[in-house]
Amino acid sequence: MVEEKVMTSEATVSSDKFAGAIALDGTKTIEVQEDKKEKLGFFARKKKEKKKEASQMLEWKKDWWKALLCLAPCLIILGIFTFYPIIKTFIVSFFPSYNYLRDTFGSFGFDSYVKVLTDDVFWRAMFNTVIMVVVSVPLSILIALLITVLLNSIKKLQGVYQVIFFLPYVTNGMAFGLVFSTIFSPMDYGLVNTIINALGGSSVAWTGTAEMIPYWAGIVVITIYAIWNGLAFKILVFLGGLQAIDKQYYQAAQVDATPKGRVFTKITVPLLSPMILYITITSLMGAFKSYSSVVALFGEDMGNAQDETFITAVGYIYKYFNQVTTSSRGATLLSQASAAALILFVFILIITFVQMWANKKKVHY
Amino acid sequence: MENEILNVQTNNVKSDFSKVHDLTKGEVYEEISFDENVSKVISKKEARAQKRALAKEQREKQKADAHAEMYFENDAQARRFAINRRIKLFCIYFFLTIAAFFTLVPFYWMLITSFKGYDELIRIPATFFPMEPTFDNYLNVFSGENSILMRYILNTIIVAVSTMVLSVATTTLAAFAFSRLEFKGRDTLFAILLATMMVPGEMMIMTNFTTIATWGLLDTYIALILPFGTSVFYMFFLRQNFKQIPNELYYAAKVDGNSDFKYLFRVMIPIARPALITVIILSMIGSWNAYIWPRTVSQGENMKLITDGIMTLFSNDFGGDTSNIKMAATTVVSIPLLLAFAFFKKYIMRGVSRSGIKG
Repeated sequence: MVEEKVMTSEATVSSDKFAGAIALDGTKTIEVQEDKKEKLGFFARKKKEKKKEASQMLEWKKDWWKALLCLAPCLIILGIFTFYPIIKTFIVSFFPSYNYLRDTFGSFGFDSYVKVLTDDVFWRAMFNTVIMVVVSVPLSILIALLITVLLNSIKKLQGVYQVIFFLPYVTNGMAFGLVFSTIFSPMDYGLVNTIINALGGSSVAWTGTAEMIPYWAGIVVITIYAIWNGLAFKILVFLGGLQAIDKQYYQAAQVDATPKGRVFTKITVPLLSPMILYITITSLMGAFKSYSSVVALFGEDMGNAQDETFITAVGYIYKYFNQVTTSSRGATLLSQASAAALILFVFILIITFVQMWANKKKVHY
Repeated sequence: MENEILNVQTNNVKSDFSKVHDLTKGEVYEEISFDENVSKVISKKEARAQKRALAKEQREKQKADAHAEMYFENDAQARRFAINRRIKLFCIYFFLTIAAFFTLVPFYWMLITSFKGYDELIRIPATFFPMEPTFDNYLNVFSGENSILMRYILNTIIVAVSTMVLSVATTTLAAFAFSRLEFKGRDTLFAILLATMMVPGEMMIMTNFTTIATWGLLDTYIALILPFGTSVFYMFFLRQNFKQIPNELYYAAKVDGNSDFKYLFRVMIPIARPALITVIILSMIGSWNAYIWPRTVSQGENMKLITDGIMTLFSNDFGGDTSNIKMAATTVVSIPLLLAFAFFKKYIMRGVSRSGIKG
């Protein structure tokens, strides 16, 4: 009984404190009034916190050892497999003749970057990646938004539909790449070609290694697979956001007899903008890093065997990296792979900064 | 009393996070799901009855609202409104059903293709249901030179369980330190850890490979387990859950003379159990789906994991189309995942809505 009381009181206190926070999954509506209260009490709270801190200073020293003990296993693993590699990759990319087998660095230089940036295959990889991003990201966000809005407007069977739309998420990406390459089989008996033939068209070489795959066909297959694969997560996040929007806005719109389209553009989209931004960023990053889906669809060569038609930015990195691990000559190629990885990282950083900027400017909370 | 407890709301914590929240991919936010834990204190039967009563009340209120909102001048108008509404609903369900249909097509095609014999596989036009269903493909997946697949499944289970145990242990301890212990530089350290979530894995895999190679650990379980022995995301997720546990419990435990670790194991872990289950499941699924790292460090025949194994065994078409065998193999890979989803739907969806990462 005592425990219950303690929990309840603490929970109410913290709910006052943090009610202004915005949850991405939308478990909480945005409460303007609570926000005001928080702002008013800000200085008073800061003072209180300082007092508390002072009283805890003694405890701090004691906790240091415990903290070190608790964090040690985690920090050791992270140190070896996360921090060290980041630094090492950065350094290696500036030493073009680095040999990983002997761990010799050679001379400093930008040759690796020059080599990567003047490589036709790299620019083809970038071009493919940008095409995939530009085609699949807006399309999948629009579809997800449409499905979510409709899903949110029904009551019966909502749970069933939600589970169905989530199913693609709990699949093995590689395995379902194989499934899609079977559906888009270049043969006449593939599912898509069967339908095309039934409608009077002629078969298309969507995937496979025997035929030359037309560029547009490959992009279509990649896009459809990316949309199918990514929809689940987007719908989950959007639905959480939609359900958190205060119904009062919609009721007000109803009183004014606002048309449906306007309700969507003036209420739903602005109030959903944090989720839309979040999804845009995560799917941009995901699309920039697409690799295994392309391998699953088109094989290790990523397209027609001679020219790697559908190679992606990450695919380019791994292409070099595979040479590093498999051939003896490749020991010095690691620098180039590192340079390519760093260029990709810079791209991702740029996206992140754009997100931070947009977060401040554009998003309506 | 019970009412009060049930009314404990889900709260969100932003607090000392504002500094780091721009560094992560998305927003930093957390849901406190206390009601789940606290409501256990009252009897389950009572809680259920209350829930039912609450739902009923809500339904009735909604009904009343709906009636109050609508004002019709005559019956004809009301009827027209009802018909319009019905048409609209039909359209919505129609569209959703089509979308659901397209979502399910790959599953269906995988399943029926896996039951087709070779003759039926290459029949033109393709059959949309196996006319002569056969189990041969599944036998094929596990027999002959493919029987090594059993070994791969065993490898995957060993790696998945050890990775899970290791990462749960390390992240729980770290999350405990970050949420409960006070030490200098705590928030800075946490911000640095969060920032590493932004760095693409491609940057680390190369150096990690050389590390593992120089240690002579290629083709061992350790190579497959150790790099995934901890995860910043799981740590973040657990820390958020630990932070929701009221300080009073900690002080109470201290007053009773319990050590920090006893408090961790007796109070924090039981209360944060749902979050731990989420981490366990996501970690297992991650190992099951891992592809790039296992392929890099397991170049021999025997040490492959399931996804890599499936790709090497079945992805090439030597001697005719083997789609039916491929589909049998992918069905075998997919079933455990779908089963996990069926049993742990709530935990998986809760973890996923926060992460945006897959595998």
